[in-house]
Amino acid sequence: MSGLIKSSLARKYVMALSGLFLVIFLVLHVTINLASVISPDFFNEASHFMGYNPIVQFAMQPILIIGVIVHFVMGFVLEIQNRNARGVGYIKYQGGANASWVSRNMIISGLVVLAFLGLHFYDFWVHEMAYKYVEANPEDPTRYYAETVEKFAPFWRTVIYVVSFVLLSLHLWHGFASSFQSMGVNNKYTPGIKKFAKAFAVVVPLAFAFIAIYHHLNPITH
Amino acid sequence: MKIYLKIWRQKNANDKGGMVDYTLDGVESDMSFLEMLDVLNEELIAKGEEPVEFDHDCREGICGTCSLMINGRPHGPDSRITVCQLHMRSFDDGDTIVIEPWRAKAFPVIKDLIVDRTAFDRIQQAGGYISVNTSGRPVDANAIPIEKDAADASFNAATCIGCGACVAACKNASAMLFTSAKVSQFALLPQGQVEAADRVMNMVRQMDLEGFGNCTNTGACEVECPKGISLENIARMNREYLAASVKG
Repeated sequence: MSGLIKSSLARKYVMALSGLFLVIFLVLHVTINLASVISPDFFNEASHFMGYNPIVQFAMQPILIIGVIVHFVMGFVLEIQNRNARGVGYIKYQGGANASWVSRNMIISGLVVLAFLGLHFYDFWVHEMAYKYVEANPEDPTRYYAETVEKFAPFWRTVIYVVSFVLLSLHLWHGFASSFQSMGVNNKYTPGIKKFAKAFAVVVPLAFAFIAIYHHLNPITH
Repeated sequence: MKIYLKIWRQKNANDKGGMVDYTLDGVESDMSFLEMLDVLNEELIAKGEEPVEFDHDCREGICGTCSLMINGRPHGPDSRITVCQLHMRSFDDGDTIVIEPWRAKAFPVIKDLIVDRTAFDRIQQAGGYISVNTSGRPVDANAIPIEKDAADASFNAATCIGCGACVAACKNASAMLFTSAKVSQFALLPQGQVEAADRVMNMVRQMDLEGFGNCTNTGACEVECPKGISLENIARMNREYLAASVKG
């Protein structure tokens, strides 16, 4: 097993598995977010459950944060190693002739998504932690919908979110199906996996973007 | 045809090197790319200049020796061929052609356009073989029934000529297509099963030691491979390695 930890293939497995884990998380996230458009009451209930359930808070949330950290730290490690592996660069290099821009620039789409996560954590997670643990406010299962809609009142924040979702889409466009290849899955199901992954890469970020724009255009009027 | 060439010149491994411009007149469209370089070298020799060093051997696309990055693509603009199979009809009169050596830390430049590809030899030596009883009465390999699909896939993997275009094309200078082809050609056959676990572990370890980059599944290697080695081989190597690691 020691060889597995140090090897280039192990790094591929780590990227693939942490990426797939984050893909599963996206499904959960977008499902709850869609509730904010369809049913504010259900959104409040679901958000309250996620915010106060001890298993979610003290088991799933740390695992998720670790998953994000592992994915981006390994991404940086791979990027540095890969740049070093070339040494002297080409004077003329037609990378676009044999591979897509998206596949060659995962570090760019990844960095944008990472920067977005910083803002997103500040917007929601830091606020939530402060509300619960610093200010020690009492539980209020009805506050989540209004707080979420208010977040999207500024135009600039909505634009940043939507642009980030476009980059998330590009990241998933290559990364989702790529993780199967890294785990050794390349068989008769691969064309189907690729189609599903690309559909996922469009539909999920589109849903996130729709939610952000919807709340920006439909503020709560008191 | 009149061709403008920008060629990487480097005296030796320690020299910094740089691009040098040449103009070559009278290039014919039915010349191979290497013949065009031969003409250039004859001119340089006649002028008392040092000829451009480049690797070549069989000149029929099977030895994997020729290795030039031409206008930013390994083996030039055409697909599924090596440089020796590339002809000047693929270029137009007045074209500027940029010629560079393969670039990878694991493939250091020896001189001009020649790089040291012995890293591939060491990967092969680490496990790219099977142990066969060569005593007086060996078992005929053809006596062992092998499923047609497995035999074909193994043969396809075995067509890798080890030219290094995969490394040259890959943005990460990864050697996974080469290594996986060499793993796959044996992994698919019953004769390769005895050493299967050790083979993949040792070949991947050597590949990492040589300093090649990691695979990020861009697929550039598959596109540029003159023999069309498929990414399926990399997936197979990933499976083999995972299985071998778990078994310990």
